[in-house]
Amino acid sequence: MNDSLLSSWVEWTPALLDGLWTSLQLTGGSLAIGIPGGLLLALLMSGRSRVVKAVAIVLVEIGRGMPALVVLQLVYFGLPSAGLTFGPFLAATAALALTTAAYTSEILRAGLQAVPAGEVEAAAALGMSHRDSLRYVVIPQGVRVAIPALLGFSIQIFQATSLTFTIAVPELLGQAYSIGAATFRYLDVLVLAGLVYLAVVLPAGSITRLLERRMGRHL
Amino acid sequence: MSHLHAVLLGVPWTLAVMLAALAIGAVLAVPLAAARRSRVAPLRWAARLAIDVLRGIPPIVWLFIIFFGLGDKVLRLGPFQAAVLGLGLISAGYLAEIYRGGLTAVHKGQWEAASALGMGRADAMTRVIGPQAFRVALPGATTYAIGLLKDSSVVSTIGVTDIMARASQDARSTSSGLTPFLLAALVYIVLSGPLAWLSRTMDAKLRARVAR
Repeated sequence: MNDSLLSSWVEWTPALLDGLWTSLQLTGGSLAIGIPGGLLLALLMSGRSRVVKAVAIVLVEIGRGMPALVVLQLVYFGLPSAGLTFGPFLAATAALALTTAAYTSEILRAGLQAVPAGEVEAAAALGMSHRDSLRYVVIPQGVRVAIPALLGFSIQIFQATSLTFTIAVPELLGQAYSIGAATFRYLDVLVLAGLVYLAVVLPAGSITRLLERRMGRHL
Repeated sequence: MSHLHAVLLGVPWTLAVMLAALAIGAVLAVPLAAARRSRVAPLRWAARLAIDVLRGIPPIVWLFIIFFGLGDKVLRLGPFQAAVLGLGLISAGYLAEIYRGGLTAVHKGQWEAASALGMGRADAMTRVIGPQAFRVALPGATTYAIGLLKDSSVVSTIGVTDIMARASQDARSTSSGLTPFLLAALVYIVLSGPLAWLSRTMDAKLRARVAR
């Protein structure tokens, strides 16, 4: 640890923070598209039609069985040959959103199942339609139960944005790698990038655990 | 068909990376979990910090730090060695928490009963607590192993010729974009099938043996 390392770190920080901003945007975009997708899949999986249920389960199993890196490369390098071309950022968002939908569907399904059956019966007894009881009774409570697990998953997706380096998205790792390539000081800059990831992941993890305990008190 | 062949060439490397990393992780996680539960507070904090750092930095960043960063001057490693070392260390962090969960799940009374029978701490650990903790930790560990199989695809970024690397090579050289990636996805899904089955049967067997 000497002055030159510290001054280099100070010099590189703005570029890495730019990268971090891109990583966070990717995380936000994937979650904003993926979680509603996951909720839809969860509703289909707990639906009454057997065919729909089977299709949803197969989709989720495939989505969770594929490594995120494979999905990413498939969307970016594979889909253009099928006539669908995305830019790196869009491809990254689409791929991570697909992974998010598959994983969060299981989290949300568990949340929806945690809503007592008596509440659904009560809603029916009050003359609510199936759709209304989902909209006003099951979904609001089920999603609330799922929030800590969803936050935990969001942290994982934030970490997974580092994979988009492979399709040339200028996120945190991408920025660190270009600095490394320009200065030949890979170790110094990659360690700084690692610290930036930790600076996001560790506090986020503590907040998630805190929330989990808080919510656990009332449920 | 040639696409499938190209992708299958990567299977031994994917499995080798995953199994070697898992082996390293399973061993290193033992002292880490023990330190995490130690009665010496600084040891506990150090273990906690190590686990947080191992799990908090994305795998691909760890691999780059080891392969490009350390490989630059400190320690020269081939892609495979760097991949196994990186994923092995990360696995140690995750497995340590899984082991700890297993140990915590064993009722305190078991320790008391063991000591009332005159067993030392080591004996109690290996004969009474350990076997019960193992049963609790097993499903978590196999789930982690399945996750590791998929996460091992990141080793393609440092030049290990695993399933992922073979698929993208094939896609580039034959310019037939979609097929190689879909096949790679299929191979990963097929490989994780037996693992999931193994985990379920082992769990059921162990459960039957201790069930009351």
